[in-house]
Amino acid sequence: MVNVELVKSPVVRPDERGHEADHPTSLVAGFGMDQPLRLDCGIDLAPFQIAYQTYGTLNADKSNAILVCHALTGDQHVANPHPVTGKPGWWQTLVGPGKALDTDRYFIICSNVLGGCMGSTGPASTNAATGKIWGLDFPVITIPDMVRAQAMLIDRLGIGQLFCVVGGSMGGMQTLQWTAAYPERVFSALAVACSTRHSAQNIAFHELGRQAVMADPDWRGGRYFEEGTHPHRGLGVARMAAHITYLSDAALHRKFGRRMQDRELPTFSFDADFQVESYLRYQGSSFVERFDANSYLYLTRAMDYFDIAADHNGKLSEAFRDTQTRFCLMSFTSDWLFPTAESRDVVHALNAGGVRVSFAEIETDKGHDAFLLDVPEFLDIADAFLNSAASVRGLPVTGA
Amino acid sequence: MAFPQQTLPLNSAVATPAPRGTQDYRGDHLLVAEMIKPGSKVLDVGCGDGDLLQLLESRGIDGRGIELSREGVNRCVGKGLAVVQGDADTDLINYPDDAFDYVILSQTLQATRQPRVVLENLLRIGRSAIVSFPNFGFWKMRVQLLVGGRMPRTENLPATWYDTPNIHFCTIKDFVVLCDEINVKMERAVALDLYGRPLRLNAPWWFWNMFGEQGVFLLSRANKSAQP
Repeated sequence: MVNVELVKSPVVRPDERGHEADHPTSLVAGFGMDQPLRLDCGIDLAPFQIAYQTYGTLNADKSNAILVCHALTGDQHVANPHPVTGKPGWWQTLVGPGKALDTDRYFIICSNVLGGCMGSTGPASTNAATGKIWGLDFPVITIPDMVRAQAMLIDRLGIGQLFCVVGGSMGGMQTLQWTAAYPERVFSALAVACSTRHSAQNIAFHELGRQAVMADPDWRGGRYFEEGTHPHRGLGVARMAAHITYLSDAALHRKFGRRMQDRELPTFSFDADFQVESYLRYQGSSFVERFDANSYLYLTRAMDYFDIAADHNGKLSEAFRDTQTRFCLMSFTSDWLFPTAESRDVVHALNAGGVRVSFAEIETDKGHDAFLLDVPEFLDIADAFLNSAASVRGLPVTGA
Repeated sequence: MAFPQQTLPLNSAVATPAPRGTQDYRGDHLLVAEMIKPGSKVLDVGCGDGDLLQLLESRGIDGRGIELSREGVNRCVGKGLAVVQGDADTDLINYPDDAFDYVILSQTLQATRQPRVVLENLLRIGRSAIVSFPNFGFWKMRVQLLVGGRMPRTENLPATWYDTPNIHFCTIKDFVVLCDEINVKMERAVALDLYGRPLRLNAPWWFWNMFGEQGVFLLSRANKSAQP
């Protein structure tokens, strides 16, 4: 028999789907009608909520706060088991006791982005005005919108200046946006595997993913919650395609090669004969269990629209001129989603603006995903950068 | 020969008695650090492992670095230094005019593809430049080529001709001629011996060119009004 279904239907009961979107298993900051969020598209979003997690203790003068910005499919559960999947926090290589983002010394904040599906207001949330799921009625948001919402959360927490803003990929975009929009509120910034604008190739990959979602008949024009369906095939395919871009040819070869999955010979079918196929199908099916398809559309769109230079008369250096923020940028040799050349462009702009910046390219075959993995050189440099910033800021450093 | 147009600057002072810990630093680094006013903003082009930048930062100087090798950059960033990976030949163009008080090119000029362009860029980006380089006119070099008939190799330049990164060797004399050609003013010049100690100050240029293992120059833009 030929197995033509790419992704198995997830075992999620309809009443559970979307539950985290309205009632997240984390802290929530609610903003009422009196505190609208002015979006780039011109709409005032109110009410809305931001779901977030914190780790460690805020010190007396509130100078040890670090904001972690998550990537496209990440969420606020950076260093605790995920409430839906039960998997460990997504950045435990970097965040935890004794780690570079040391929860014994720093107060770590991580919020679900605006437009996300883990408790911050997004297309999977209930629209208070109608009592229905937002779906495609949710306004199109941008990276600056996400950062504006985060700034409101930081205000709510009573923190004036963040000691550091940290992020990789889309999280790195938010980090750079923070430094451009609120330079005086960011003492240091660690931006990894990212850029100040999305390349044509990356927009193209995102469009592929969105079209896969929208081509799924179960997407129902974005109204799948109401109609009791779920575009898990389309979202699964989108995830599979995206996942390839997060890896590298070398990493795929090293992990899978042309090895067969639980068989010696080809089945002469379209079953998952190869390990790499089986792996991708697993990536697709596990993703749809925890992620909302419309949220995926909105967040990829936000990344596509991102272009800091465009907001500063086309001159990137203008965005960072004379900022006092201490920057550290890192890229990975095998990252073809955000290749080193893009980080280098950012570095040039920062240099031109007279900004204090460190930049290191890390040699690895792990591709874009390297920032989430145990890559010692990356983790060591992050640690050293934060320590040197901490000593300048008068915060305790490692071993002190 | 048009070579000694520039007179030897006489204000060259030998480095002041070494404060505690300076024995950890290279002689040429101490000399460079001593040339820089505290509180200055400095770019070190080809900063290697960041030893000089660390010395400068310990003296309250705002130091930034460019380094070609990934290993060097990562070690610098690991020390908390503001260093970016880059190439003196291609990346200096990205820095705006007058971005720094001083731009340092320490033991790197001879490894650039276009030393003249690099030198011009140094003095565009920085109000002053400090350049040090191995002197190919050093007597040990001359002896090896003259007597041995082989390309010279020394303690500080041990690479063979086929794997050396140094593609544009020059002598102290050659460098002075280049400074004349591109209207660069020599504020200070010091020749160091094989052990990084300054040679005696009142020596003539030929003596420096013969016995200086390396030259260290503090440069500035020649006064434009003095040009024809």
